[in-house]
Amino acid sequence: MALLEIKDLHATVGDREILKGISLTVNSGEVHAIMGPNGSGKSTLAGVLAGRELYTVTSGQVRYNGKDLLEMAPEDRAREGVFLAFQYPVEIPGVSNMYFLKAALNQIRRHQDLPELDALDFLNMVREKMKLMDMDQALLNRPVNTGFSGGEKKRNEIFQMAVLEPRLAILDETDSGLDIDALKLVAHGVNSLRNAERSMIVVTHYQRLLNYIVPDYVHVLSDGQIVKSGGKELALQLEESGYAGLGIADEEEAVGKT
Amino acid sequence: MSTALGQQTGEWLAQFTKQPSTTAWVQELRDRGFQRFAEVGFPNTHDEEWRFTNVAPIARTTFAPVAAAAEPMGELPKGARLATLDEARRHLAAHALLEANPFVALNTAFLGDITVIVVERGAVVEQPIQLTYRTEAGSVIVAKHPRTLIVIGADAHCAIVETYTGSGHYFTNAVTEIVAGDAAVVDHYKVQLESLEAWHISTLQATLGRSTSFSTHSISIGGALVRNDVNATLAEGTDATLNGLYLVNGTQHVDNHTIIDHAKPHATSHELYKGILDDKAAAVFNGRIIVRKDAQKTDSKQTNKNLVLSDEATIDTKPELQIHADDVRCTHGATIGQLDDESMFYLQSRGIGKRQARDLLTYAFAQDIVDRIKVASLKDSLERILFEKFHEHGK
Repeated sequence: MALLEIKDLHATVGDREILKGISLTVNSGEVHAIMGPNGSGKSTLAGVLAGRELYTVTSGQVRYNGKDLLEMAPEDRAREGVFLAFQYPVEIPGVSNMYFLKAALNQIRRHQDLPELDALDFLNMVREKMKLMDMDQALLNRPVNTGFSGGEKKRNEIFQMAVLEPRLAILDETDSGLDIDALKLVAHGVNSLRNAERSMIVVTHYQRLLNYIVPDYVHVLSDGQIVKSGGKELALQLEESGYAGLGIADEEEAVGKT
Repeated sequence: MSTALGQQTGEWLAQFTKQPSTTAWVQELRDRGFQRFAEVGFPNTHDEEWRFTNVAPIARTTFAPVAAAAEPMGELPKGARLATLDEARRHLAAHALLEANPFVALNTAFLGDITVIVVERGAVVEQPIQLTYRTEAGSVIVAKHPRTLIVIGADAHCAIVETYTGSGHYFTNAVTEIVAGDAAVVDHYKVQLESLEAWHISTLQATLGRSTSFSTHSISIGGALVRNDVNATLAEGTDATLNGLYLVNGTQHVDNHTIIDHAKPHATSHELYKGILDDKAAAVFNGRIIVRKDAQKTDSKQTNKNLVLSDEATIDTKPELQIHADDVRCTHGATIGQLDDESMFYLQSRGIGKRQARDLLTYAFAQDIVDRIKVASLKDSLERILFEKFHEHGK
């Protein structure tokens, strides 16, 4: 069954059209990789799905779990099971990671008519998930992302995903800025969260991440449109010949030369 | 004397003369206080020091005579004691000067039940000294002039919490003098929780000894019209921290004026004032740092940060550096900002509603001031009060 159906989605930032007609269907349990050079609209697509106000959807529709996703406030999307792992996780001084995560989880649980977790149950659950991400428990008491290293921030995103257990996870360049060890750790966390119910959209510039998070489908985005779709072998093909091999200009060095 | 000034002082004169009698030297101070007040009257907005704060509502009001002067409640902790008036003689009105501020003059004119607390040299007072000034106003508007003098001996350690609270419509005109001996460690907190109809004017004057470590935290939450003057004079090697947090909504007006006087070398001062403004509230911050000619190696940092939650709130912030020495480090900065969109979106994207996200971020803005409060009971009660006030904000 289709969990997410995007039909002819157009979106702008200011006067500039970034998404120029995206159509994509993601079924339950599937992992879709969205690849593309810088400026192709990958992060815009992720932002539009999560409800970032910066973007204006000018036409098209997005149905999520049978509902009109675009009509929903960001917090309602989250409560319905949409999760965005940020490319640049936000530092929030003064709000502890623990308080933040407990507030978020209990909002989501309330929405699902589940009882709220008390402090002890929450802590026990959270400890398990921290082990999965090999995270220091001291991070729980630190303010959200404040003073975290780049790798810690990305791990914290996947850790949050593990705690909030979304139906649809969108990973926006979760690999950027990670060394190979940190990348493996993040990929391991993501893989352990894969199941038949949970779908994922993995947005990345580089093929490397997909060696560790093996997608079911790969879509190549260029200038706001999906120009090619295929299985996981499409990612490998990109590694061989770069975006240029598909006739796509890339501002930076092409994939595969790294 | 202009007619307006004559009217103002005339009404106060009646009250002034009706006061219960006191010892001769206090009466002398009263007389000097009233004389000064009669000369200058209430300040107006042509006065640079009062440019953004209009005290005309106070000047226009005829106050009912007060039966009893303000009296702090609560027992003193071990190591601190109430002192006699005669013990206070050397210090009373010797630090908070009449000439500096008409409200100090007015307070001095009404010296009544003066709270004098002494912490002896070398004493370590483990529990905070709690002074609570409460005013319950009835159908008439009353004025109170609480006066506090705290004399701390050399090498003594103590924490002081002054709380101002009440209900109804009244005017608090408080003056506190703190004298701290060499190498003393003093943490002072002033919590202004007056009724939302109250007018609150206060002066804290701290005279600090050599190598004394002093901090004061001015928390301003209540009051319709509020002006806090916090002045500290530093000696050689003194370390002074002046922190402040003001939280105003509705039509509240709060004005924080501070003066840090680096009179001698090698002293450091840190100043952090943070404000949260909503609705049509107004805030003023004026931070003067004086570095005297002798005060080489001064290290001073001043920061004022404001979070503005509405389009109609106003803030006037001004650093005022007067530096007469050449080998010093003085930095200052002021910011006025709104809630960060990216932070809001981050919280919302995790399922936290817009209202709650706003509360959380607002509370977080104040958090670093609250975190610096070392008196646990105060910190706890403040966290609760702030959270409630923020929560009301979003409604």
